[in-house]
Amino acid sequence: MARRTPLYQKHLDANARMVDFGGWDMPIQYQSLIEEHHAVRQASGVFDVSHMNIVDVDGPDAKAWLQRLLANDVQKLMENGQALYSAMLNERGGVVDDLIVYRLAQGYRIVANCATREKDLAWMQSVADGFSVTLKERDDLAILAVNGPESIAKVCALLTPDLAQQVGALGNFRGLEAGDWFIARTGYTGEKGLELLLPATEAESFWDKLLASGVRPIGLGARDTLRLEAGMNLYGHDMDEETSPLAANMGQTIAWEPESRDFIGRAAVEEHRRQQAEGKLPYLTGLVMEERGVLREGLRVVCDVDGQEQEGVLTSGTFSPTLKHSIALARIPVGSSNCRVELRGKLVPVRLVKPNFVRFGKKVFE
Amino acid sequence: MSSFPDDLKYAATHEWVRIEEDGTVTVGISDHAQELLGDIVFIELPTKGAVVSAKQEISVVESVKAASDIYAPVSGEIVAINEALIDAPETVNSSPYGDGWFCRILPSDKSELDGLLDANGYAEICE
Repeated sequence: MARRTPLYQKHLDANARMVDFGGWDMPIQYQSLIEEHHAVRQASGVFDVSHMNIVDVDGPDAKAWLQRLLANDVQKLMENGQALYSAMLNERGGVVDDLIVYRLAQGYRIVANCATREKDLAWMQSVADGFSVTLKERDDLAILAVNGPESIAKVCALLTPDLAQQVGALGNFRGLEAGDWFIARTGYTGEKGLELLLPATEAESFWDKLLASGVRPIGLGARDTLRLEAGMNLYGHDMDEETSPLAANMGQTIAWEPESRDFIGRAAVEEHRRQQAEGKLPYLTGLVMEERGVLREGLRVVCDVDGQEQEGVLTSGTFSPTLKHSIALARIPVGSSNCRVELRGKLVPVRLVKPNFVRFGKKVFE
Repeated sequence: MSSFPDDLKYAATHEWVRIEEDGTVTVGISDHAQELLGDIVFIELPTKGAVVSAKQEISVVESVKAASDIYAPVSGEIVAINEALIDAPETVNSSPYGDGWFCRILPSDKSELDGLLDANGYAEICE
């Protein structure tokens, strides 16, 4: 039987269409994916993302272990509650998973993908060999992500005045611990918002309060159109264990300095970096198609490179409800121009743009 | 819960047929089909005047999640298409049996209608 989050009954009560997502029964949409998408861009919406994997890290070697495990450097976390987005690499420099790590008052908290749960835990345990570190899965916590221009105000209205003030003052990628709750300004939609990690026993009641205050429930279908509009990667689609982070628009998430930090995969990505400098590493671009039709993952894209025809592939694609045409992410050779996607037997021209389409409700490309 | 109006006939591929007084049939996709597809964003309508065979692909429906082919439930000539769907494809989601109609066909072989399912027969397939 599929696993269920603490909000399962609430999804049924809200007439969600449920699907199996990585072994969990999750809501793909409630009434309309497009309406849910607009609600987040224009007002506020709440996602149940309790299926994601929370791992608390503690022990004398916690920091040293994270500095070995992650391509980004937790040394950058100067304050409690601060967050860092990072890839976890294998020895070939491929991406095992992408995740966020928060610094806590005591130790750290990792939030990683659901579909990679078993793989990630096994990997982390194997890397922990030789380090004095404890890993604790926190399946006693639920996660609610509230996003949209009104989201922070809506959440704060439900907190005590003292806590509301602290949460209202949080900067981007900053969080705070409040008793058993952890509240952070991180998100996956390109809108303002908060991610709340709270005891599972309190999740239903807080969900009810959010909905009563006008925050709409949002399914995983809209979560995907929102994140793609914001140019954010989805593991297993835009990158996987065979992909270099440098070929997945994740170059800024690698902390190269200090050179003495020997994170797993360092030697391999240094080689990727050399290839990239010579123009030999494919890169992840944004694609825009203004004609009727929808770009989809897996489609072939044909490009001119120095007078020769070469191929790339779409890693993610959708119809953008905000822009009202199709957008995609694609991995293509350096120096590509005149790109055309093979769509139902025809080659359709597409425009290359930076992989970022909509932020704070507004189109951000030319 | 999907609806299955009993004054219509249905194909196993989820198209519905309404027999009109002038001898033509109106064609659309069922409530069950639009629910499965999710939010529809583009529809490629058939060409007015085209002559089609039963089970031939006559339309493509693109939703956010997937593209789906629509098949002629009967053979005949496409005598009308619902051009409103070009700019408002979401009408098929909100009104699959009413304003979300796709086209009208003048059947060339009325006996093909007998091969279609009634509402109960179609509802059973959907289970």
